Amino acid sequence: MSELRSAVVELKNIVKSYDGKTILDRLDLTVYDGEFLTLLGPSGCGKTTILRLLAGFEAADSGEISIAGQAVNALPPEQRNVNTVFQSYALFPHMNVFDNVAFGLKMKKVPKEEVRQRVQEMLRMVRLEEYAARRPHQLSGGQQQRVAIARAVVNRPRVLLLDESLNALDYKLRKEMQVELKQLQRRLGITFIFVTHDQEEALSMSDRVVVMCEGRIEQIGTPRQVYETPANLFVARFVGEINVFDGEVLERIDPQVIRAVVEGLECTLRSERPFARGEKIKILLRPEDMRLSEARDDASAEGRLLGKVVERTYKGMTLDSVIALENGKRILASEFFDEEDPSFDYDPGERVAVGWVKNWEVVLPDAG
Amino acid sequence: MARWIRNGYFLLVYLFLYLPILVLIATSFNASKYGTSWQGFSLKWYASLFDNSLLVDAAIRSLIIATLSATLATALGTLSAVCLYRYRFAGRQVLNALLFVMMMSPDIVMAISLLMLFIVLHVQLGFWSLLLAHITFSLPFVIITVYSRLSGFDTRIIEAARDLGAGELRTFLRILLPLALPAVAAGWLLSFTLSVDDVIVSFFVTGPSFEILPLKIYSMVRLGVKPEVNALATILFLVPLLFVTLSQILLRRKK
Repeated sequence: MSELRSAVVELKNIVKSYDGKTILDRLDLTVYDGEFLTLLGPSGCGKTTILRLLAGFEAADSGEISIAGQAVNALPPEQRNVNTVFQSYALFPHMNVFDNVAFGLKMKKVPKEEVRQRVQEMLRMVRLEEYAARRPHQLSGGQQQRVAIARAVVNRPRVLLLDESLNALDYKLRKEMQVELKQLQRRLGITFIFVTHDQEEALSMSDRVVVMCEGRIEQIGTPRQVYETPANLFVARFVGEINVFDGEVLERIDPQVIRAVVEGLECTLRSERPFARGEKIKILLRPEDMRLSEARDDASAEGRLLGKVVERTYKGMTLDSVIALENGKRILASEFFDEEDPSFDYDPGERVAVGWVKNWEVVLPDAG
Repeated sequence: MARWIRNGYFLLVYLFLYLPILVLIATSFNASKYGTSWQGFSLKWYASLFDNSLLVDAAIRSLIIATLSATLATALGTLSAVCLYRYRFAGRQVLNALLFVMMMSPDIVMAISLLMLFIVLHVQLGFWSLLLAHITFSLPFVIITVYSRLSGFDTRIIEAARDLGAGELRTFLRILLPLALPAVAAGWLLSFTLSVDDVIVSFFVTGPSFEILPLKIYSMVRLGVKPEVNALATILFLVPLLFVTLSQILLRRKK
């Protein structure tokens, strides 16, 4: 699908450093027209720097940036066809909501009547028509947020840049704004580049997620790809909870299946990666793919890992358990309540056998 | 009882502050030429004040210098403050610290150093030297007033303006200047007051061709306080009072 779409933003071999510290290290990134792309990573990974390079607030040390086919390296921010929604909103405190939203259009010398129409239409879209005469400080956080979005979107940019734009909101409002943003993006068809360190937000809103770490891109993919088939341990750990088992390859059975020892237990794993015999591997499993069963005697634990329940947490929808394996490794299992047995529970200290849903494992080489 | 003590205390404080001025105002309407004994109400000192063309000329010169120096210092100072706020450059911190040094150094030091400078540069002492000197000592006050106002705002606002298509000039005119305006006005008033007030620096850097009001009064008082000076001082006190009251009324009506 991606091949059919045209690129709207291209970053080629971008290097950026501050005071000798590398922020972006030879980074390449293509953003397609009309997609919702999220830059996800821990703070300091360079995701905000990418936005600032695109907006024109910073200049890259080397590399090429193009927006809509035009090289923009030398263009000042006011001449770029992108708009930014700032983390702090950065509304103009001396202007009312209407003038804030109208600012960009006035700068472009759009005729007065058209400015009025477009601003009103925009305010209707973000449901702030009645607040046009208010000053920013008279609005709630969520309203200010919507003004900031309206102020950027009203200019109909090719790309909208959103810098941790939902961070300042409380949980409930944040969820609402996530839905609103997504709807707005679908309706307008504008390319959104969204920066966040919240993996849940990234997964639920994006068409594609770019997982970053220390100035490099670790993986680009759909939310499903990033979550289900992480490219490496960093991505696996950053995007959601994950259990990591140590193992060693015994032999390849067929192109899709290998035999391996996992935490001392022999089993078959699904993997198409070319592994050598005896190679050390990591086996990744999400907590919701773990399956626990009672282990009263050793016979019932055949072919499974044995462990003890250390802790259990009732989460409403799921029962989350921490299990200590016999070799001391701790793993997390998240089980949905079974309708037939709604009262199922574990006692701390109870012995259990640990298995998983076959073929849901991700096998990666042990990078050390 | 406690109320009485509280009100009495306030009365004392205000008496302490305003008694000298009240005495001055009263004396300016006193018919007596010498001493302080009350000899009846009279406006004759006001009449003779306006007849004294030397004094009136000096007052006009003072107002010209104050208006010009306040306006120029405000223009220069506002731009400097915007520069300090807006750009990160080497020596910025040092510049900032030097402003406070300027503000705190005694007038006499500035007076002598300016005089030396004018002599070295062969600047004739008079209107221009006086104007330059007044701009010099007003400037740090304007910069610091405007800068502290600006530094209360999120710098992202400037980025937002540019992001929305405003170039450097329009960002300054549409965003920074309106935001800084109360501080710019305060800076102007402060400079104006400092200029009208100043004796020490002016004493050193002006020549006999350009005498201003504080110096004129100073030289008159050396031969004993003349009643015209009381009348003049009363006017100088009441005119700003009138302006302050007017501006308060206007502000209230605007709300």
